[in-house]
Amino acid sequence: MAESYLLEMRDLEKEFPGVKALNKANLLLRKGTVHALMGENGAGKSTLMKCLFGIYEKDAGSIKIEGQETHFNNPKDALDHGVAMVHQELNQVLRRSVMENMWLGKFPGKGGFVDHKKMYQDTLNVFKRLEVNIDPKQIIGDLSVSQRQMVEIAKAVSYNAKILVLDEPTSSLTNEEVEHLFKIINKLRADGVGIIYISHKMEEILRISDDVTIMRDGQWVSTTPAKDLTTEQIINMMVGREMSDRFPPKTNKPGKVLMKVEGLTGKYMPTCIDVSFELREGEVLGVAGLVGSRRTELLETIFGVAHREKGKITLQGKEVYNHNSMEAIKNGFALLTEERRATGIIPLQSITFNAVISNLKAYRNKIGLLINKKMEDDTNWVIKSMNVKTPSTKTHIKSLSGGNQQKVIIGRWLLTKPTVLLLDEPTRGIDVGAKYEIYQLIDQLAAEGKGVMVVSSEMPELIGICDRILVMSNGHMAGILDVKEDLKGGMQEEIMRLAAKYI
Amino acid sequence: MEKTAKWDSKKIGEFALNYALYIILVVMLIVVICINPRFLSISNFMRILTQASTRIILALGAAGLIVLAGTDLSAGRILGCSAAVTASLVQATTYGSRMYKFENDLPLIVPLLASIAVAMVFCVINGFGVAKLHLHAFIVSLGTQLIAFGCTCIYINSQEGGAQALSTFNSTFNYWVTEGIDFGSFELPFLIIYAAIAVVVMYFIWNKTTLGKNMFAIGGNPEAASVSGVSLTKNIIGVYIVAGVLYGIAAFLEAGRIGSVNTGTGLNYDTDAISGCVIGGVSFSGGVGTIPGVVIGVVILQVINYAFNFLGIDPYLQYIIRGLIIILAVSIDVRKYIAKK
Repeated sequence: MAESYLLEMRDLEKEFPGVKALNKANLLLRKGTVHALMGENGAGKSTLMKCLFGIYEKDAGSIKIEGQETHFNNPKDALDHGVAMVHQELNQVLRRSVMENMWLGKFPGKGGFVDHKKMYQDTLNVFKRLEVNIDPKQIIGDLSVSQRQMVEIAKAVSYNAKILVLDEPTSSLTNEEVEHLFKIINKLRADGVGIIYISHKMEEILRISDDVTIMRDGQWVSTTPAKDLTTEQIINMMVGREMSDRFPPKTNKPGKVLMKVEGLTGKYMPTCIDVSFELREGEVLGVAGLVGSRRTELLETIFGVAHREKGKITLQGKEVYNHNSMEAIKNGFALLTEERRATGIIPLQSITFNAVISNLKAYRNKIGLLINKKMEDDTNWVIKSMNVKTPSTKTHIKSLSGGNQQKVIIGRWLLTKPTVLLLDEPTRGIDVGAKYEIYQLIDQLAAEGKGVMVVSSEMPELIGICDRILVMSNGHMAGILDVKEDLKGGMQEEIMRLAAKYI
Repeated sequence: MEKTAKWDSKKIGEFALNYALYIILVVMLIVVICINPRFLSISNFMRILTQASTRIILALGAAGLIVLAGTDLSAGRILGCSAAVTASLVQATTYGSRMYKFENDLPLIVPLLASIAVAMVFCVINGFGVAKLHLHAFIVSLGTQLIAFGCTCIYINSQEGGAQALSTFNSTFNYWVTEGIDFGSFELPFLIIYAAIAVVVMYFIWNKTTLGKNMFAIGGNPEAASVSGVSLTKNIIGVYIVAGVLYGIAAFLEAGRIGSVNTGTGLNYDTDAISGCVIGGVSFSGGVGTIPGVVIGVVILQVINYAFNFLGIDPYLQYIIRGLIIILAVSIDVRKYIAKK
């Protein structure tokens, strides 16, 4: 007997010039369930969603909602029919209020006039239902990322969505916030909403979802009840090859002290307060903490793009003071920023441009002109040593996948020959295969004797690749933990305990 | 103890930043009054506001386009073209070399609507270029600026007597533009009343209507507006149409205010309008701006103009000081949005 589905996408096909992005892709969503959609970047998840929302025209296949063949012209059309999506990159008008962002596109009121009272009340009502505590009149740019995410979900709820797509909703949330999100998801599920949950985080998926659909290379691989799956099985199906472990074996050997940080305090709030630690040669030092624990601020204060109030940094026995990024690079520091799209890549420039931009001084000839040959050589070195998948060095970096973009940016920093690498969320939004390669790269850099600091919100990742983990809590350093093979199980709780120390 | 003191100075700094424009305006007035106390008179302020009135209306139109992250280089020439059309339709029937040989004065609504229609045509071209052809507003208005200027010249040259300034307007028109309401000791010019009405109406459009909200959303984050189901094309063209109406009204009034329209009318009005907007805190990066800000911005410029002439400062020096004030005012204003690290 055929089960009735809320959303039925069958045999979808979509071809772009030269690429078959979707090849018989399927997704069957039942009412009142959470359906995880998984696959590496480029597996066709977003193309599938774009076909659903009418951003792309499908070449073949059928989309049925509650048994009815459906075709949306654009995302607004989909919204009006109760199909909403919360994007990973929050699309919000930062300088306007929370409620204006929520009702954008459907302001309450008559004859072109906006009814502010109703808008305020309606916003409060939705927030109340979701147990979100945000002032609707606040400017949305002043909220934290997680609060902004809640507003986006509330917005979807305000459309009375019966199908809700969440794209990487937890990529910037703390564990506590994830719990809140899950509470909201459970509430919506109980109300009969069908939720498509796109994420790379295995632990979460196994916890929250009812069904898991896995895609690879634009094709449907499997749909399985989540309770029958393990992390390893999912990874194997996604990658299509055996991956015995998520993390490469560690080959680095921490040596003598490379960098000493004493009493580091930033000037402008929010910032790190009185942080002291040592980083050894060949060591991978993780930085854990909740969102808002100022891990990024710590890296930025070390690097000198955030002002230092007091404190001392000693590198290889010599005191260094980075007043800005130029000095930091000269002193042998490298900072991989958190928001790749906003502060990492220069999207409409070539791979070469993006690879050499931090190191231009090295390519100047006698009269100050840049030598193309040298830049090209270094770019080729980056492509080869990082295993960047790109058609050529002239390709716009924008057209590469997230993982490959990240590799180019890491390569950019390696060209400056740093001794200390500060990596802020190096694997965010990157698929499993590319993550593995970046882990390998981090290990390799440490094995070469460099000091590496890695900020990450994924605790298993930190435990998997780091030698020690520094835990930040509300700007203070709560402690440093040694990662020991046999203690891995209890480590997450220990980190969580420290992360809450100064709150 | 020390901590509270520091906090206080921080708070004062913040206050100074938030009200920088008003502080600049007040300081300027105080300086001018100190140099020449006779500056402090109701008639002087009325004159400043009267001169500013048409510019305020023009700037209110341009401000919306800047909030959309665009700009308008054509506002001045559009105003010139509309003013020429207005002028030709309000010439006194007793004037021998008038352009159209009407027997009687046309009702004032006719030249007003004609002026608005002309301005709207150009603004819709701009809006179409931005919304549909995806041109930057700078480029498309660079084009319409030339087109509008050409149209103005052809129109003025098409007079029987050849190219001559359009002047000598009928008394009804003159009355409704240049006179005012008499309050015994002082007279409130109609122009100030018109400008005030435009300000109030625009305040409502910006803050209380869907079009206004959508305008801020599109200027602040077009992607977000688009996925929320806001039609970019419709709203952008809507904002341009509003600008067209304001330009048309400003042109109608400006023709009467200056009393004679030639091919040079409107030259540089666009840069004045844009300067007023940016001094008033309308951000070129889009999505930020307020109506009171625009009004204050234009008034500040006008105070500078008027006060400098009042004090008899060398006109060339005036240009330099005006330039410096624009840079100073805007650099203070943008500090509000710079996050310190």
